[in-house]
Amino acid sequence: MAMTVELPALERTDAITPPASPARLRRYARPALGLLLPVGLALFWEVWVWLGYSNGRLVPPPTKIFATVMELAKSGELSRHITATVTRVAAGFGLGVVAGTILGAISGYWGLARQLLDPTVQALRAIPSIAWVPLFILWLGIFETSKVALIAVGVFFPVYLGVMGAILSVDRKIVEVGRIFRLSGPAMIRRILLPAVLPAYVVALRVGLGLGWMFVVAAEFMGASEGLGYLLIDGQQLGKPAQIVAAIVIFAILGKTTDWLIELASAPLLRWQDAFGRQSGAA
Amino acid sequence: MLALDRVGKTYPNGVHALERFSAEIRPGEIVAIIGGSGCGKSTLLRAIAGLDRASTGTVTLDDVTITAPHAKIGIIFQEPRLLPWLSVADNIGFGLTDLPAAARREKVARALARVGLADKAKAWPRELSGGQAQRVAIARALVPQPEVLLLDEPFSALDAFTRRDLQDHLLDLWNDTRPTLVLVTHDVDEAVVLADRVLVMRPRPGRLFEAIRINLARPRDRTSPLFENFKRHVLTSLDRSLDRNVPDADPKTMAGEAMWW
Repeated sequence: MAMTVELPALERTDAITPPASPARLRRYARPALGLLLPVGLALFWEVWVWLGYSNGRLVPPPTKIFATVMELAKSGELSRHITATVTRVAAGFGLGVVAGTILGAISGYWGLARQLLDPTVQALRAIPSIAWVPLFILWLGIFETSKVALIAVGVFFPVYLGVMGAILSVDRKIVEVGRIFRLSGPAMIRRILLPAVLPAYVVALRVGLGLGWMFVVAAEFMGASEGLGYLLIDGQQLGKPAQIVAAIVIFAILGKTTDWLIELASAPLLRWQDAFGRQSGAA
Repeated sequence: MLALDRVGKTYPNGVHALERFSAEIRPGEIVAIIGGSGCGKSTLLRAIAGLDRASTGTVTLDDVTITAPHAKIGIIFQEPRLLPWLSVADNIGFGLTDLPAAARREKVARALARVGLADKAKAWPRELSGGQAQRVAIARALVPQPEVLLLDEPFSALDAFTRRDLQDHLLDLWNDTRPTLVLVTHDVDEAVVLADRVLVMRPRPGRLFEAIRINLARPRDRTSPLFENFKRHVLTSLDRSLDRNVPDADPKTMAGEAMWW
């Protein structure tokens, strides 16, 4: 435990230059290092096309992608597509999280419910979720409902499994501390179980969100008139690779941003965690 | 008065852990329970704590039968069992929720100062050493002022120096309010330095073998000949308790027992 706390200090003494500057350098150098490869490749391709070694028709250079994004933004198209997609993900994620949390908590807390419910859920989980698409369209129509349902299904399983697993793995010894102080049922849940489950729950939410972004594309492939997934299909059918890449880039930005938002929102609640990644990440 | 009347425990898996254990422990008395593996000493402590119910017999504290954890009985486990998401101060105040916040803060601050960790109030449990964490656990158990404090091998995971420090520290804290201490240990030194009475148990099934009164004034000098004498007495008693019934290496029984250690 003490080792991880002392590590940054040790590293610093190794440096020959005064301790403040390499530490600051490292803080900025870390993300910069990660940017080196994609930015380098983009620059290379830009120059390559500019020099005329490639016409850049199938793989458009960054400036062309940027121009496409700006064009879509100017006409108001972009915000319409982004709003459509984000709304679908938000609705599906919300539904999936609520259902997964409630059922996962019931299965984790109550043995009989787990025996009744869990085998069915596990069997359903084995079905590739895309296989539901035709059924959902028949049941719920081609419009928003079926899309939201598909996203919700994708989000449900990781959240359900995460919550159930987290509750099942709460340390009996910690629960005993609650018993010694004679906590009532609700107090036991609030003061022992919830905080103990929280780290795994945040992970489950992040996995669920990732799947939500995955499934929104599948949902928008099945007949949408707006949304980033529609931009992808539209770009393919009309032979506009710049539009496809632009949509992909926006997906990446949105996915990363929403994931970061969950991380940011949960960080103050998880400060107590003694995680290796956290320590080295903060250094 | 803490009274154990023919307390017995058979686990659902058939392990007969404890049989007809009787003892009366005066308020303020320090009793050490010592014995070989599988003599049911942890089982006994869990029954007194109300964490597990005895199969036969009764545990009573001032004529109240103990069947569930009781406000006047505190326990310290072998591991500190601090809640990792609470600061050191909040861990100590964990059992004080019915008090107003100001009174709670004051009690916690006093307890922290008393165990010498005033500067760690805002630290997370992960930032403490093993000895510091166990001191926080002691403070947490003592701050609601229990009449009986149970200790389940509380110092066995610590190094020899820290252990000795904490033994002295425990006696010092005990002197504040003089609760009854019931200490389970497998360390003869620890039993003799702390206890008024050492109860030697014999295993399979766990039974009381011999009660040895330690008539030594406190503070006790660990190097005095008298101290050595008592130690030898306890050691021979332990040997005899095991010789008569040498623990056989029955793997099934061992596995069942291991859960409760």
